[in-house]
Amino acid sequence: MDFTFTPEQEALREQARAFLAASPEPTWAQLAELGWTGVSIAEEDGGAGLSFIEEAVLFEELGRALYCGPYFATIGLTLPALPSEDRAAVAAGEASWTLAFGPLVPDLDSAEHVAIVGGDGIYELEGGEREILATTDESRRLGVVRGGEPGRRLADSGVLEEIEARSQTALALEACGVARLALEDALEYASSREQFGKKIGVYQAVSHPLADAYTRVELSRSLALWAAWCVATGDPQASIAAAAAKSYAGESAVLVCETAIQSLGGIGFTWEHRLHRLYKRALGIESFGASGTRLRSFISGSLIDTQPPVDVPGAMTVTAQGG
Amino acid sequence: MDLRDTPEEAAFRAELRAWLGDNLPDGLQGHRGGATRFDGPEMRAWSRALYEAGYVGLTWPEEYGGGGAPYTHQAIFLEELARAEAPPHIGVIGIGMAGPTIIAHGTEEQKARYLAPLLSADEIWCQGFSEPGAGSDLAGVRTSARLDDGHFVVSGQKVWSSFAHLADFCILLTRSDPESTRHAGLTYLIVDMHAPGVDVRPLRQITGEAEFNEIFFSDVRVPVENLLGEIGGGWQVAMTTLLHERGTLGFALQAALEVQIRKLVALARDRGADPLQRDRIAREWIEMQAVRYTNYRSLSALMNTGLPGPEGSISKLVWSEANQRVTKLALEILGPDAALGEENAPYGGYWQYQQLRSRGNTIEAGTSEVLRNIVAERVLGLPYSR
Repeated sequence: MDFTFTPEQEALREQARAFLAASPEPTWAQLAELGWTGVSIAEEDGGAGLSFIEEAVLFEELGRALYCGPYFATIGLTLPALPSEDRAAVAAGEASWTLAFGPLVPDLDSAEHVAIVGGDGIYELEGGEREILATTDESRRLGVVRGGEPGRRLADSGVLEEIEARSQTALALEACGVARLALEDALEYASSREQFGKKIGVYQAVSHPLADAYTRVELSRSLALWAAWCVATGDPQASIAAAAAKSYAGESAVLVCETAIQSLGGIGFTWEHRLHRLYKRALGIESFGASGTRLRSFISGSLIDTQPPVDVPGAMTVTAQGG
Repeated sequence: MDLRDTPEEAAFRAELRAWLGDNLPDGLQGHRGGATRFDGPEMRAWSRALYEAGYVGLTWPEEYGGGGAPYTHQAIFLEELARAEAPPHIGVIGIGMAGPTIIAHGTEEQKARYLAPLLSADEIWCQGFSEPGAGSDLAGVRTSARLDDGHFVVSGQKVWSSFAHLADFCILLTRSDPESTRHAGLTYLIVDMHAPGVDVRPLRQITGEAEFNEIFFSDVRVPVENLLGEIGGGWQVAMTTLLHERGTLGFALQAALEVQIRKLVALARDRGADPLQRDRIAREWIEMQAVRYTNYRSLSALMNTGLPGPEGSISKLVWSEANQRVTKLALEILGPDAALGEENAPYGGYWQYQQLRSRGNTIEAGTSEVLRNIVAERVLGLPYSR
């Protein structure tokens, strides 16, 4: 059992954080140049042949940076449906995608191609009109597609299970990045702001909610990284791990942002401070796709109603055992 | 990153699981905890069997009778023990707290004298830290130790001491300098619980059982060679003990919570659960998994750097509150039957007992308030509140 990142993965995180700090609005071509669009794409298709673990590092950092662009839609959502030549185009930075899985399509303003689900397959959308909608979270636009025809067949709909696990995990990872930065803002403020002659972090009415926020951040991260490992290795627990991670990390990011806003008082409530943008991304993640309630309903169903592969003794070796 | 057991870990787990299957007596499986349950020859025999099979003191150095195994083996051991619902070794205070403190601060004579019988359950230990006037604020300790002719003469009162009614020895925090205050002037002693002047009185708790005790010391003579560390250096030694109290404990707690949730799921199947209750069951399962992987992250850091990751500090805090919610949810699912007790209660009163016992979880081994202070101050770097 080893739950640590390799030095290369840590270096990727440092590179990502530094790059996104210097270039908060990177183009798709820039991300391709960094190799980020081809991380898990096979080497023969022009990618780096790495795994979702490396992409997990990037999703966390992209969440933290409130990155606005088609990375989630392309890599977190559509990639498993793309045939080899389309993957090569993604790796090269020549194509970006989104998937109309539900009625509200993410990153529709920036993704070049749109995939749609129809019958037993996933197809490229031909024609049709895109309408970009106003969203509370301005860093991730949603849109709707009207009209158009299913064109080229991309994949069998069997790939949707993988897409669901992958996208839920990617969002959970983004949520971790968002929550961590909100917590850091709150800690910095509580360590410097003085009232009644003391730093406010001295007061347990301030510090204990921050300790709870830290707990949320770390538990979220543990679930998100577990799910990422399951997705990366095709583990049979991937679906349930992703559901657990998205439901917990999404909800937690919202709560951690709320604690941070409260800790900063009036400042935290201003438009000027970035906390509201983190908060709105957290709310957006929580509402995207399946809600926490629905994900937990899936989990309770597999725990209570079936003899589940999740009720695991054997820690990391999965064996079915009834309750 | 690889979350699976290594082949070597998998082999250890399989061997241990098979051993538990063959050796755990039926009468001891699924014990509901509480030190009174530890009385009796069966528990001593079970503890000795664990010792003879090489499962006690797994990570201790081999020169002190330990297994010299990596921490992952200890984690696997605690997980499998909890999953088999096997009771722990009777010497939990000795193995988890006294032993590591003696290894860190003891003389070679002390190590040779105390460690082996502690592992084999031939000698049982208890802890004498808390006092009526010194609970979370441990630096308020007042039990006195006065030097007199090669002995410390100990007088005072300790409280909340689990296993004291069975113990042969006590790790005792005393004030050796009557003029001192707070962290200075404290001295850490090993005290023979059979010495004249030691009086143990059980404390009955809300479950009706007496797991812990008061200990009264009246001019108890303790030889100076029973000093652990330096005279006046007791605070540093005590911190070693508390560090170990909260060490790999997280694995045992997570595994116990996993068992608890498995039973909760079985209860929901048996009695039915409404959609809101099912949602809460899913929440508890998710958080239990989160604690599991948080423990793994902390353990991986320990294996790679020699220091546990900071995230490990939250396990006990999260577990204690989770166990309280889980047990209360079980009572809710039981409905009106939750009011029944003892032999009239469903499932032998398991949930009624567990729910009451869980109230101690946020108090024992560091209250949740103290643990939140530790997270805020030592992990997050917020200014100290005291």
